[in-house]
Formats: sequence, C-alpha cells, structure tokens
Amino acid sequence: MSLRLLAAAGESYETPDSGLFWQPLFGSGAFAVTRPAVVILLSVALIAWLLVAGTKRLAVVPGRKQMAVEAVYGLVRNSVARDIIGSREFLRYVPLLFTLFSLILVNNLFGVIPPVQYPTMSRIGFPIALTLVVYVIYHVMGVRRKGLGGYLGGLVPSGLPKSIVWYVWILEFLTAFVIQPVTLALRLFGNMFAGHLILVLFITGAEYMLLHGDIGLKVVSIPTFLMAFVLTIFELLVEFLQAYVFTMLAATYIASSLAAEH
Amino acid sequence: MEGNIAILGYGLSAIGPGIGIGLIFAAYINGVARQPEARGMLQSIAILGFALAEALAIFGIALAFVFR
Repeated sequence: MSLRLLAAAGESYETPDSGLFWQPLFGSGAFAVTRPAVVILLSVALIAWLLVAGTKRLAVVPGRKQMAVEAVYGLVRNSVARDIIGSREFLRYVPLLFTLFSLILVNNLFGVIPPVQYPTMSRIGFPIALTLVVYVIYHVMGVRRKGLGGYLGGLVPSGLPKSIVWYVWILEFLTAFVIQPVTLALRLFGNMFAGHLILVLFITGAEYMLLHGDIGLKVVSIPTFLMAFVLTIFELLVEFLQAYVFTMLAATYIASSLAAEH
Repeated sequence: MEGNIAILGYGLSAIGPGIGIGLIFAAYINGVARQPEARGMLQSIAILGFALAEALAIFGIALAFVFR
C-alpha cells in the first residue's frame, strides 16, 4: 500500500541495495582505497591506543580504562578460550582469539557510531581474510598434533560400522574443509550486511516519507523513525553477539582439531 | 507488482532457522529456570546452537543477493 502511495507522490523512492556498500574514496577498480579500508585502519589505531592507554599504568585497583580492557580480555580468555579449548593449552591461542574479538567488535560497532557508520565486515573480503587466518591455524595445528594421516583419519568418530565409514568420512571432510570456513565468513558478513541494509532502509525510507510524502505519510514516518531507533539498539546487540560468536566458533574449531578423538 | 522473487526465497529460508532458534532459546530458558547456577555453561551452548542455526538464514540472504 505504502509503495503505491509513494509512487503517487511523484518521484519514486529507491530502495537501498548491495551497491550501497561499494564506496571507493579515491582510485578505481580493484585497487581503489575504499571506505571500509579506511575504517579498518582507524579501528586498528583505536584498539592499539585503547590497549596501550589501558595497560600503561597497571594498578591493583584498576582505573576505568584498565577495567574495560581487563573485562574484554577476561571474557575472551576465561569464558571463550579456557572453557572451550581446555585449561591445559588454551594460553597459546588467547592472543589470536583476543585479536579477532577486539578487531571484529570495534569494526562492527563502527556500523552505528555516527562519524564512521560503516560496518567493515559488510564487505565479504574482510570476513574472508579473518576466516583464512583461522582456517590455516586450525588445520595446521591439527596436522602438527596428529600427523597428516592421523588428522584426516581422525575426522571420523571411532566405533562406526565398517560399511559407512567412508561415507561419514566424506561428510566430515566436507564439514571441516568447506562448510565450517564458508559459514564462519558468511555469518559475519551476512549479519553486518543485512543489519546495515535494514537500518539504511528504515532511515532513508522515513526521511523520504517525511520530506516527500503527503500528510498521511508524514504521520507514518514518525513510527518509522522510532523503529529505526529500536533497530539501531538491536543492531548493537547483534554486533556484539557476532564478534563473540566468531571468536567462539574459531575456538571451537581449534579445539576440535586438537582433540584426541573426534 | 515489481520486485525480486529471490527475496521471497529468503523469506522461505528464514522459516526453518526461525523455528530452530526459537527452540534453542526455549530450551535455554527452561534449563536456566530449572537450574539457575548452570546459566554460564548453558549460555555458551545456546549461543553456539543459535549461530549454527542462523547460518542457514544467512545463506538465504547471501544467495538472494547473488542470484538476482
């Protein structure tokens, strides 16, 4: 109904699509310096500053910055790394997991923080790069631990009937080498992409209705703005959750390739 | 009517994960209600299950934009 009203109002409303995310700043083609590239550099500088400032004067009774850094570090170290990888060998992986978590968290939060407002991970290249790091690490650590034959053979749980072992092996191989990394990258990308698209749709839609619609549409634009606000809060939750989920799944994959038996 | 039928496909692909995520969090709430001290352990399991179920819906939206 609203579409027809909008069409009657004269100029049409362009719904945002995936072209929205292609924002080259200078240069062109494959080597253009794009907005997400600048945002990720900004996030690296911000994280480095926060960590240095938060840990410069360490005190037994922590100040506010130190408290924040310790809370994030404690979350990754205790409730992700130690609980999932196990208390014997989790310390080696804490730097990787903490880097992943803080980088993804800050980049996701940039999706709603006003001067930046671009979730870096909504360009598929960034999640793929992070996933490649995790992918190489969990396979290499598994092969180092058990040897190539042991790692590939250990994909199948023991105690299966002989006749279905090859079949389960193919499924498990596909899971570990194709499905796990693809879903890891796509999950982060899809959440950020879809979330940002929804925000843009609601805000530009409400703006269009307010400025170009007739009186009825002007009234309807108020709940639309409210909905945009609610969705922004929801988006904050999703952004935190996705950073946590990515880190947790990375830890789970590392743990499963280190485990003595599948 | 104008539009892209791929988005309808996304709607269909979101049904399954929607039900699945509902079931996961229903079980989580049940578990916490019965045993509040198990909350920390159940939470990470619930979020893991949520992430795995959600992957299907994410595939749906990615493919809806790929095959347009």
